[in-house]
Amino acid sequence: MFPCLKLRKIEERLQCIQEFDRPKVKLEQYVTPAHLGSHMLYTIQSQYGDIDGKLVADLGCGCGALAIGAAALNASLVVGFEIDQDALDIFQANIEEHELYNIDSIQCDVLNIPERFHKQFDTVLMNPPFGTKQNEGVDMKFLQVALKLSNNCVYSLHKTSTRNHVLKHADSLGAKGEVLAELKYDIPATYKFHKKSSVDIEVDFYRFVVSR
Amino acid sequence: MKLLTHNMLTSKCIRGVNVGYPLVINIIRNMKLFTHNMLTTKCKKGVLVGYPLNIKASDIRISSVDFNPDFISKIIPKIDWPVLYSAAESIGHSENLPKEAPPEDYETNEDFLKIAHKALLEVEVVHGELVCPESGRKFPINNGIPNMLLNEDEI
Ligand SMILES: C[S@@+](CC[C@H](N)C(=O)[O-])C[C@H]1O[C@@H](n2cnc3c(N)ncnc32)[C@H](O)[C@@H]1O
Repeated sequence: MFPCLKLRKIEERLQCIQEFDRPKVKLEQYVTPAHLGSHMLYTIQSQYGDIDGKLVADLGCGCGALAIGAAALNASLVVGFEIDQDALDIFQANIEEHELYNIDSIQCDVLNIPERFHKQFDTVLMNPPFGTKQNEGVDMKFLQVALKLSNNCVYSLHKTSTRNHVLKHADSLGAKGEVLAELKYDIPATYKFHKKSSVDIEVDFYRFVVSR
Repeated sequence: MKLLTHNMLTSKCIRGVNVGYPLVINIIRNMKLFTHNMLTTKCKKGVLVGYPLNIKASDIRISSVDFNPDFISKIIPKIDWPVLYSAAESIGHSENLPKEAPPEDYETNEDFLKIAHKALLEVEVVHGELVCPESGRKFPINNGIPNMLLNEDEI
């Protein structure tokens, strides 16, 4: 076991993160729920020691739930990559609110991250967009980028229904994937085309180990 | 934006750009140093000399980050040192940084690691711009966040 903040402490942190003002459906903007994010981060640090003292990337960091949690768990530096200015403004406000100084962020398209970043990060975290009709497979593109950026491992969420595909894809990219947990993810009613007030989707929490 | 991040950023994604590294940092100052050199607050009641005025560098910020010598010594080999030096120098924070390369005993040289820690993780550019050395394309830094987004016709 690696040293770690108490699970409850991380969850408390994540609970007071300001969320997207006007979430953009096209970018699949919703926050990783606090109970889920805190369990992910707790597992990553307490089981694998992959946050404390590490250089960490958060791809599609949005308002920063994962990035802020990782910074609170003592990452040496967390770099958040996000395409959307509005999300970044909220992220910045959250960073200031939480008084964390070990975070940096870059506005860019994750699919266009400069090569010089390759293999620089110890740990890459993400809750990627799962892809809609218009941009099917975007989570696999995020995974491909994540595996290039990391010199050790990647933690990510993907739909349970795509498990075989995800594992095969990772394998073809030279990484070994493992499902750490099956989770129910409740996507709030920010998505107008959803008739119900919220929809539960089943997601897998993965750890991918990169070949060196 | 921290200088560690700057050390990794390139503009290679622009069509026609081969290397796109290092990006030049411009700090946008509203006041020229000549003007600063002339200004005093002597006319304010009770002020005798009022000179020189402290420059309030809202464009550069130093934040305090926990020092982790293991992390810094692990990251040193990944850093393009001359690029770090000139970036730090261009924003006026090259204090005690070696110019060419880290010292040979860098892994155990705690004084050096502290200096490197400050340059890499504590000095931050809050407002300014990054300029591609090849195309001259400017990327704004607002509120500490460099905007590296490209238009479709640039990719
Ligand atoms: C499901 S949200 C996750 C947000 C945050 N990481 C969290 O866990 O709360 C996905 C995020 O990815 C961003 N995004 C979508 N496509 C992107 C792209 N091509 N490049 C960078 N960010 C992108 C969205 O704006 C959104 O903030």
